[in-house]
Amino acid sequence: MNPLELARARPGEAFTVLFDDRPVPALPGQTVAAALWAAGVTAWRSTRGAGRPRGVFCGIGVCFDCLVSVNGRPNRRACLVPVQPGDVIRTQEGTGRDDD
Amino acid sequence: MTERAHLAVVGAGPAGLAGALAAAERGVRVTLVDAAEQAGGQFYRQPARPLGARRPKALHHQWHTWERLRDGLERHVSSGRITHLTDHHVWSVQRAPGPSFAVHALLGPAQEEGVTVRADAVLLATGGYERVLPFPGWTLPGVVTAGGAQAMLKGGLVLPGRTVVVAGTGPLLLPVATGLAAAGARVAALVESAGPAALLRHAPALAAQPAKLAEGAWYAGRLARHKVRVLTGHTVLEAHGTDRLEAVSVAALRRDGRIRPGSAHRVPCDTLAVGHGMLAHTDLAGTLGCTLAGTEGTAVRADDEQRTDVPGVWAAGETTGIGGAALALAEGHIAGRSIAARLDGRAPDPRSWAAAARSRSRLRRFFTALDAAYGPPAGWAERLTGDTVVCRCEEVTAGTVRTAADALGAGDLRTVKLLTRAGMGWCQGRMCAPAVAGLTGCPLTADRRPFARPVPLGVLAGLPDA
Repeated sequence: MNPLELARARPGEAFTVLFDDRPVPALPGQTVAAALWAAGVTAWRSTRGAGRPRGVFCGIGVCFDCLVSVNGRPNRRACLVPVQPGDVIRTQEGTGRDDD
Repeated sequence: MTERAHLAVVGAGPAGLAGALAAAERGVRVTLVDAAEQAGGQFYRQPARPLGARRPKALHHQWHTWERLRDGLERHVSSGRITHLTDHHVWSVQRAPGPSFAVHALLGPAQEEGVTVRADAVLLATGGYERVLPFPGWTLPGVVTAGGAQAMLKGGLVLPGRTVVVAGTGPLLLPVATGLAAAGARVAALVESAGPAALLRHAPALAAQPAKLAEGAWYAGRLARHKVRVLTGHTVLEAHGTDRLEAVSVAALRRDGRIRPGSAHRVPCDTLAVGHGMLAHTDLAGTLGCTLAGTEGTAVRADDEQRTDVPGVWAAGETTGIGGAALALAEGHIAGRSIAARLDGRAPDPRSWAAAARSRSRLRRFFTALDAAYGPPAGWAERLTGDTVVCRCEEVTAGTVRTAADALGAGDLRTVKLLTRAGMGWCQGRMCAPAVAGLTGCPLTADRRPFARPVPLGVLAGLPDA
């Protein structure tokens, strides 16, 4: 059993996005976080201070732990942003900006 | 202006939907403003439409109630009585002369553009979020909130990992464990810190809700079917791993909150779904000047009609105190009826909502008992090592927070924040405030947050004069 089978999902056609230069499959409607989880990825940020890895924590947009860079824009909440075909997703280092 | 009075409802979960429907059925024009792409809130969070789920019911409880709410919303949207604004993230509600209100939202998912909805009355149905108390290792990837794991499953049809431990305290852990197991995860253990003794002490109040007892028995059956090991009176001591979660240590709690010697053991897992109850979203109410009440001063105070003490502002659901979806429905329904009468210049007749009021009283008593039975695991604060990160955003450790209170004399959360930066980051203290309060002995008070979420400066600059 998996969640798609449980909900008898017939998703639209899968597409590919890039996560740190590596192709990752995604389903239309999923958030960036859901697509990365489905690909077995659980961390996509390193903290400003200790450089520790982080990913989803609250899953509903409250905690901001899942911040990620999408198409060159840092600080997107992966649990809220829908994934789009061709997205270039990158692990966010620190603030995600050059002035770090 | 010949337009009918206009109500803005913030939040499309059970409370907001019940309120919007009750008001719309009585002739009120309603704008339902919600952050999600589809109505439902957290409780009835739906799979994203392009995922084509033909059996979303398999992820939910009380599906018939949802169908009633969903169909009611569709009916009123097509008749034009309700306008449903999806992907609108409300960051502030302002009082304007009139009296009227300006509801300011950011358009998602980019959240770079603003929009303002004007209304004669506002129903705040902003719901709640999960409280998680820290423990060593809780910042490791693979450690998620119990509600977060459930939200990702319901909305994105994904699992956080293969082998899950569900831990913490409170009634939410049951649907999370059974939901993850039904979706194919191996749930290695459900670790509940409340012991059987605590639940028994409150048995009379809990038994007064036969439907809830039946629900509990149903979950027990599901847990047994999925062969989930249930450990009551236990707690997670530590999450282990270098760059991601590999195992957790679990131990038995004695009644005084100490760890039973020799009881600690390791449970291998790639996911820990953890939660210690819920907190109300009160930011919009706080900025409007509504009095906050509740046991810890962290819920919006509402009267028998669900009115706050700011004229024209009603509140319903978790924002007035945590009590679950059924209570939210009752409160929302009462609020909607009260609003319809008050906007019409009439005093409502409470007898017209007597059934909802009875169910409201019953459910509040039940949740008060539940709250007492499912307290945070005793001794958690003492067990926190000095190097454990407490504020996840600003990476402030328990040691630093303790120093602020013990050596520097901070006596409230704001002073601790100013001394340590705990609570100053992106989440604005929503995640760490309960932990900082528990560690320092400071009262947990709702922080005043003029902006309920980060707002681009351009949006603020573009605001019309109130």
